[in-house]
Amino acid sequence: MSAIQILGLEKTYTIGFWRKRPKRALRPLHLAVEEGEIFGFLGPNGAGKTTTLKLLMGLVSPTAGSARILGIDANDPRVKAQIGFLPEQPYFYDYLTARELLEYYGQLSGIPAKDRGGKVEAMLQRVGLPDAGDIQLRKFSKGMLQRVGIAQAILHDPKVVFLDEPMSGLDPMGRREVRDLIEQLKKEGKTVFFSTHILSDAEALCDRVAIIHLGELRSVGVVADLTSSMHGKVELIWQGAVVPASIRALGAECHLSADTMRAVLAEDKQDAAIDALRREKLRLVSITPVRATLEDYFLQNLRSENAPSEVMA
Amino acid sequence: MKARISYIAANTFREAVRDRVLYNLIAFALLLVGAAILVGQISIDIERLVVINLGLTAVSLFGMLIAIFIGIGLVSKEIEKRTLYTMFSRPVRRWEFIVGKFFGLAGTLVVNTFLMAIGVFAALLYVSHHLQKPDAWLLVALYFIILQFLMITAIALLFSSFSSPLLSAVFAFSLFVVGSFAEDLRGFAAMTKGVTRWLATGAAYLIPNFSALNVISSVAHGEAVSGQLVFYNSAYALFYAALALCGAVLIFERRDLK
Amino acid sequence: MKPARGTTVIASILLIACLSGTVFTLDRVDRLRTGASLEEILYISSPKVLKRLSLGYDGLLADVYWTRAVQYFGHKHRSNPENYKLLAPLLEITTYLDPHLVVAYEFGANFLASPLPDGAGEPERAVQLIENGIRANPDEWRLYYNLGFIYYMEMSDYAKAAHAFARGSERPGAHSFLKILAASMAQHAGELETARMLWITTFESTHDKQIKSNALAHLRALKVEEDVTNLEKLVARYRERTGRLPASLNDFVSAGMLPGISVDPTGRPYKLMPDGTIEVRNPDDFPFITKGLPPGRQAPRPDFGKLKMDLPP
Repeated sequence: MSAIQILGLEKTYTIGFWRKRPKRALRPLHLAVEEGEIFGFLGPNGAGKTTTLKLLMGLVSPTAGSARILGIDANDPRVKAQIGFLPEQPYFYDYLTARELLEYYGQLSGIPAKDRGGKVEAMLQRVGLPDAGDIQLRKFSKGMLQRVGIAQAILHDPKVVFLDEPMSGLDPMGRREVRDLIEQLKKEGKTVFFSTHILSDAEALCDRVAIIHLGELRSVGVVADLTSSMHGKVELIWQGAVVPASIRALGAECHLSADTMRAVLAEDKQDAAIDALRREKLRLVSITPVRATLEDYFLQNLRSENAPSEVMA
Repeated sequence: MKARISYIAANTFREAVRDRVLYNLIAFALLLVGAAILVGQISIDIERLVVINLGLTAVSLFGMLIAIFIGIGLVSKEIEKRTLYTMFSRPVRRWEFIVGKFFGLAGTLVVNTFLMAIGVFAALLYVSHHLQKPDAWLLVALYFIILQFLMITAIALLFSSFSSPLLSAVFAFSLFVVGSFAEDLRGFAAMTKGVTRWLATGAAYLIPNFSALNVISSVAHGEAVSGQLVFYNSAYALFYAALALCGAVLIFERRDLK
Repeated sequence: MKPARGTTVIASILLIACLSGTVFTLDRVDRLRTGASLEEILYISSPKVLKRLSLGYDGLLADVYWTRAVQYFGHKHRSNPENYKLLAPLLEITTYLDPHLVVAYEFGANFLASPLPDGAGEPERAVQLIENGIRANPDEWRLYYNLGFIYYMEMSDYAKAAHAFARGSERPGAHSFLKILAASMAQHAGELETARMLWITTFESTHDKQIKSNALAHLRALKVEEDVTNLEKLVARYRERTGRLPASLNDFVSAGMLPGISVDPTGRPYKLMPDGTIEVRNPDDFPFITKGLPPGRQAPRPDFGKLKMDLPP
């Protein structure tokens, strides 16, 4: 059984008050996320990530299609006790303290009164806010709010956790902590579905990713599989500030740093470049293969079609 | 389900208190004290009348303003601030949210009215040194005022479920004003003929009837309120509030929370 | 989220049930409070206070009070009242709030001045009301006419009536009868012709339906009384001539005393009774008549809704 199963979910908003016109936010989407996976949902801003999450949470109604979570229809209230959700840039009742908010959400999630207090304390500890429990949320920084957001998403020990841009607004240390937390959730056997437009996060964490662009699913797979389709590159470093003309002719991008020269070029041009360096009597310092990133993937696959699909149609 | 409604209601009450809604009591107290001192120096006989009329009218107006201005934000503010995202990703149904919000604000108003009522009785005691038996009818007038609050809260909630706060405020306030003349409107409707009569009568019956719930001037004159009127007014107000709530639920069920 | 079907069904059923509930209870409340909203005006009976309370919307409030006055009169009139104690205050408030609402003065002249049970029987207050109206609307000839009408009909003060009609006839657009009325006041006091002229003027100059039908009922009554008087004179003459009573009205025609059978304003022939008196066929059609009724019977109460609106010749 898949943890999340999306069957042709589709959303077209109508915008405008008098002259209503359709705006397509999500084309029919089919996707399955297995239990225990960390699944990355990737795409540039406005790709349809948040729309997909809202559809899964029942915040907006789909134009067509359906979704199942843990084998139960996503609309079924029974599902809601099993899932946690962190919205993008979460905002909470700012007249509550962090402890009160978690207490309230604990009540609504159906955590029995006797366990609630303990769970709330443990959660404040876990997200790194042990001393901020009695401060009103209106005094919280963006990063602290993000932590409260994560706390409320996992407070009731859900089986599937949905995180919309969990790392945004955090400093490098915070990102690190969230990354560790997601990994921990996986160790606890939970399924994590998170959206991001930051590729390095996904690269570091995800078992599998889906890439969505302009409301349309482009590819799904293991990160390594996606990147392996890319042509490999190598980085050559040699001493001296000279770039032989023959190396330039190979299409290398060269940068001078201190007294060494750094050139990146295609893997199959590597031997020709080394020969050239030998001929010029330049001292080779290192040869390193450059691993392709999701960024490369994005640039290579999606750059050409940034125009909105509506216009193209 | 019942538990969740009560949690939502309790949180709504807490929000109102933390947003300093009950500060209106200070303004109310100042008004009453001022009035009591002023009329205490004017003539005999009329001072009780003034304190009762002014006190109860203020209770009604303050409460109406609170009901409208908080009620219109109950749903729309939560949509706008996106606090509902984390609410409905929990086992909370949309109708539970609406009903919980209603009871939360209604509870706030009941507490507020209770505190104001103490003030009115204190002022009455101050100007006339003792309470009289007909003063018990004040309790009925206050009860009717609370019934009005229930209706206007449900109305504000209904508007809040589909309209912007500003428009909702305008709608709710107009209905409050128009509803105070509901009996006259039904009179107007009865004077028309044909299709107009049907339409006008239908509209006149849809408008909340606040006129029968306003017995301030008659209790100020120490007149009794019939038990039957209390019964039918209660039934009417509850039906009307439930009607508006059902409308709010039906609309809110269908809303996309963008 | 697709709207939950169960919730929709239950909420819709409840909605309809509550709607019927409000209509039912409202009906009950209305029955309990017949006239209650009117009694309340006694609490704020000062027009000045009301004008201030209306916050500048005095025109609207005047319309509200005007409706209340008409409704109050209508309700009371049906129930054969002992008094119309609120009619005068209601009209006074109405005209204070909107001094140019001429129909309200007219209404006062017709229903405040005339005796119970068809009016409030308060001619002095009616005169006061109209005098106020004249002060506010000095060019409105109908107000002078109304004033004269009250003086003549209800107070039998022919000098004052003549003066009022004379003043009115000098106003722009005044009905041509006013001059005649002013002239005939002194000589023809108490004559049918004068009364008829007054009621015709009322009928022709007003737009208010109740006032119109009231005038019409009076005009018909005058016509019936005139006819009955004439026919009974004929009976006496017939008796003188033949020494016996006529067997039917046909006898007059065959004797050449009448061109045809006389009919009442509804088109029905008059009845000749065995004792030589004349009666109308259907006394219920003729409020206000004092002649032509079966012995011991009183004229019926006028039902303004049923009267046909054509002026008899």
